[in-house]
Amino acid sequence: MSVIIDNLPLFGEGMLRTLSICLWGGLGALVLGSLLAVCSVTPVPILNRIGTGWVATMRNVPLAVVLFFFAFGLPEIGVRGSYFWFGTSALAVYTAAFVCEALRSGINAVPIGQAEAARALGVGFGTTLSQILLPQAFRAAVPPLANTTIAMIKDSALVGAIGVGGDLFSVADTLAATRGLDVIPVLAGVVIGYLLIIAPTSALFSLAVRKAVLR
Amino acid sequence: MTGSPSVLFDRLGPRGRHRTRIITAVVGAALLALAAFIGVRLQQSGQLEARHWSPLFNPFDPQFATVWRFLLGGLGNTASAGAVSIVLGLVIGTAIALLRVTALPCYRWCIVGVTEFFRTVPVVISIFFASRALPVIGVDLPLLWYLVIGLTIYNSVAISEIVRAGIHAVPRGQTEAALALGLSRGGALRSIVLPQAFRIMLPSLIAQLVIVVKDTALGFIIGFEELRRRGEIAVQTLGNPLQMYLLIGAIFFVVNGLLSWLARATEARVRGAGRAARRSSAPRRAGSRV
Repeated sequence: MSVIIDNLPLFGEGMLRTLSICLWGGLGALVLGSLLAVCSVTPVPILNRIGTGWVATMRNVPLAVVLFFFAFGLPEIGVRGSYFWFGTSALAVYTAAFVCEALRSGINAVPIGQAEAARALGVGFGTTLSQILLPQAFRAAVPPLANTTIAMIKDSALVGAIGVGGDLFSVADTLAATRGLDVIPVLAGVVIGYLLIIAPTSALFSLAVRKAVLR
Repeated sequence: MTGSPSVLFDRLGPRGRHRTRIITAVVGAALLALAAFIGVRLQQSGQLEARHWSPLFNPFDPQFATVWRFLLGGLGNTASAGAVSIVLGLVIGTAIALLRVTALPCYRWCIVGVTEFFRTVPVVISIFFASRALPVIGVDLPLLWYLVIGLTIYNSVAISEIVRAGIHAVPRGQTEAALALGLSRGGALRSIVLPQAFRIMLPSLIAQLVIVVKDTALGFIIGFEELRRRGEIAVQTLGNPLQMYLLIGAIFFVVNGLLSWLARATEARVRGAGRAARRSSAPRRAGSRV
């Protein structure tokens, strides 16, 4: 127990670092993933193929490979940046595929009759999209988005491991490997740190699910 | 997608098709421009030189055989870690699911709590701590097993959810019929429900295998020489990280792509077999004299 209490500031900093990786990575993934989802639902084949290609790649290639490609491959062609930005952008590029899948599954969950009814009533395309289809699609997309977000929070440990440093995983590494402290309390501290991030996130999402279903 | 109506778009008319052609041309041009830009960047930074590519892709290069033997060894390590993890995960996951299904409600909360706890631990952390904590309590294992233990912790929890869903997907009547025929609860579960559940969940299990194979790449945390780590080691002599990680990514893409395809094919088969069974059982029931 004393290991956790003595190093409380370090654990706190680790949590903040993990949070900032997740925040930037999540923001990037949301923007990129939404764009990809738009690409994969338009009736233009070439845009569909960009969407499906991206998703297939990220589904089959480990995040570690994407991370190392970004952090050590891109500098070779003159892309400069800190490990933090390489790490978070790799995380964003990787997670975007799963965000895209979540949004797309949401859109596919809307019964086709909804759109047909709207068209039959003479509602325009923009209004159909914003008033009828997207609200229902977002509701269906919330549970898979929750899973994606929690998976991303856990993946952020890997971003810390490639040399970004300072996040919860690196704290564990420093305390257990470099300073040689007892492993079990360090593990407990780190897991509590992740729990403190994941539990509110997942509570927030289940609140969103309940709101979305009730409305 | 063109022509087939979706929830967002009706079948395209002449104007829509015209617009589609224009967008296709614009996007195609943009992609070509991007490819050209990347090509120029590669050329300028000397990444197109043969010495970066030839050890990986030219069979006549003197280093080709060595590099590939090294990488395929890594792929073998990846495969064995993945295979052992999925088998262990399946055994432990099934045990957890059975415990959860059969346990008294007061114990069930305990199992749910433990599984939920292990779901929040990142796989990297469990691998890292398996390699740190086990030697402390006197368990010294080869590196492969630390990776396997770390992967199994997460996967048995994930697989237990798959198994639970599979058990719930078997119609209730199956258990009731088995009990009515005099089988014990355990017997009904073992010889009636589980075999059917496993068939239903086979596609999800293969899909989980893809995740396990991807996660073996986390072995670098403990220095286990899986495919990606082997690539990293080879880069130290070859000096071509860009090309190497492209190749490693491509190998993972092919291997996991095949597994994903297998999962889809199995799913189609399982679904087809279910339909065929229903079809063939209908007339049998009608003419049954047993």
